[in-house]
Amino acid sequence: MKLETLKQNLQGVLADKVVRFSEHANQLAIEISPEHWLEVARTLRDHPELHFEQLTDLCGVDYSTYGDGRWQGPRFCAVTHLLSVRNNCRLRVKVFVSDDDFPVVDSVSEIWPGANWFEREAFDLFGIIFTGHPDLRRILSDYGFIGHPFRKDFPLIGNVEMRYDPEQRRVIYQPVSIDPRELTPRIVREENYGG
Amino acid sequence: MADIRNYTLNFGPQHPAAHGVLRMVLELDGEVVKRADPHIGLLHRATEKLAEHKTFLQAMPYMDRLDYVSMMCNEHAYVMATEKLLGIEVPIRAQYIRVMFDEITRILNHLLWLGAHGLDIGAMTIFLYTFREREDLMDIYEAVSGARLHAAYYRPGGVYRDLPDSMPLYETAKMTVHNAKQVDGMNANRHGSMLDFIEDFTNRFPGCVDEYETLLTDNRIWKQRTVGIGVITPERALALGLTGPMLRGSGLAWDLRKKQPYEVYDRVDFDIPVGVNGDCYDRYLVRMEEMRQSNRIIKQCVDWLRVNPGPVITDNHKVAPPAREGMKQNMEELIHHFKLFTEGMHVPEGECYAAVEHPKGEFGIYMVSDGANKPYRLKIRAPGFSHMSAMDEMARGHMIADVVALMGTFDIVFGEIDR
Repeated sequence: MKLETLKQNLQGVLADKVVRFSEHANQLAIEISPEHWLEVARTLRDHPELHFEQLTDLCGVDYSTYGDGRWQGPRFCAVTHLLSVRNNCRLRVKVFVSDDDFPVVDSVSEIWPGANWFEREAFDLFGIIFTGHPDLRRILSDYGFIGHPFRKDFPLIGNVEMRYDPEQRRVIYQPVSIDPRELTPRIVREENYGG
Repeated sequence: MADIRNYTLNFGPQHPAAHGVLRMVLELDGEVVKRADPHIGLLHRATEKLAEHKTFLQAMPYMDRLDYVSMMCNEHAYVMATEKLLGIEVPIRAQYIRVMFDEITRILNHLLWLGAHGLDIGAMTIFLYTFREREDLMDIYEAVSGARLHAAYYRPGGVYRDLPDSMPLYETAKMTVHNAKQVDGMNANRHGSMLDFIEDFTNRFPGCVDEYETLLTDNRIWKQRTVGIGVITPERALALGLTGPMLRGSGLAWDLRKKQPYEVYDRVDFDIPVGVNGDCYDRYLVRMEEMRQSNRIIKQCVDWLRVNPGPVITDNHKVAPPAREGMKQNMEELIHHFKLFTEGMHVPEGECYAAVEHPKGEFGIYMVSDGANKPYRLKIRAPGFSHMSAMDEMARGHMIADVVALMGTFDIVFGEIDR
């Protein structure tokens, strides 16, 4: 399906529920506000003109340091990639979570069962809470891990390290002993830098 | 009478059939699985977070370490995402080289899958057969990139270098168990260029696949272990997020190489095999046929590459380094080289998702850039992650031994699942 047709279909079906359309690198993305997300997700799957039967990917994004502090909007975003096998097209749906301190968004694991683990991952790594998720446990980090490691304020070297302690004869956690280092600094150039 | 309770069993984290570090808590009623709860993340290295702290070029070799049996396909998704954001064109010869190596990688992956899957459910010989052919493909990897596994050969804008004119030879002096005559025999197909060696492989390989099939396809034990195990309907497979051979085994002809072609897949001729019943046996047949089809594609690429010389990486020096020679004589090119390898390239602000038909399914990279020299966010969509999440549903009602067959059919590699 052509991108233009898809955009028209989306405009027709979802009407005012779409906060923003954006097109980049020949890919279409829509932004949905969190209160409409569950309803929109169901329409995206079931409407015959859209028919996104597969959820390819769902992930969290932490925008807090985007563009070295030029970001104004909400901090967390749940980004979903959908695929329609019938219409052969893809769509990216972004749901910005309104509360930065306690990010909550509806779970779509009822609609696409494949979202189950992706939502667990986003919860584990970013601390986004998905209401209605059947089993929201940590998935990638260690048992008893503290914090959400992919948030931008979580250090790359982590907070604790693990070693075997011969006296206690067990594995213990202790504060990290290495120093952070950044070999190549992160640089955002001003516009039209170097001509 | 004592009441009978379900029995909980820890499968892994160290289990030879777990394909790496997987801990799976199985709730059993007798020998029947009631619930499977895979605990993943034991190999989690936070690749995505590491990539946020590396330049676009420095983050690329991490991709090899995801699915470490199909290295170049992972790289492919990453460089495609970067190229989409940069909006650059890749030279046509580089596209053919990429397609050829994607298919070599597919065969590499499927050979390991076939050997390991066979070994898991009781077929020993097949493992030794498949590793014989893998060795030749590994040599191709080494000849072109210098490394057998972690190639780092694809670069944003093309590939690192053109195909070499010669294949490395075995040396008699270094051989301890082979005599000179045997070494000559081993070198027989290595005297020409690398393309000659690949062509020789493609001529041999269909016979090798026939050989594997004589061991398994009609084997009674193999069929008892795979037919009717892990049946999944196409609708359910889509809902669960399964891709690749897992989807095609259920009869859905969905292949990104055909449906959303990238590079030069629309110029080569190949077929998509599909299954009928959606069980482990059909997925086995699909993957066997995929190897034959990959072989066809490689052959076409070899023929094209022989007659069409040209550049293999873009001449945009903001993205790819200039030639060594120019760098020694020309101030501007020296500066380009210095800037590229110290500061790195700046990718314009934006976001994109690039997916390739990886041997295991759809491998995607979602990249967000804020205009810096490092990715702002990199999300790796690993096919194995979705497959593993379907384990609970697919294992219910099967025996413990079938869990091992399911693991084989998922083609699990923990490098990509745990990332």
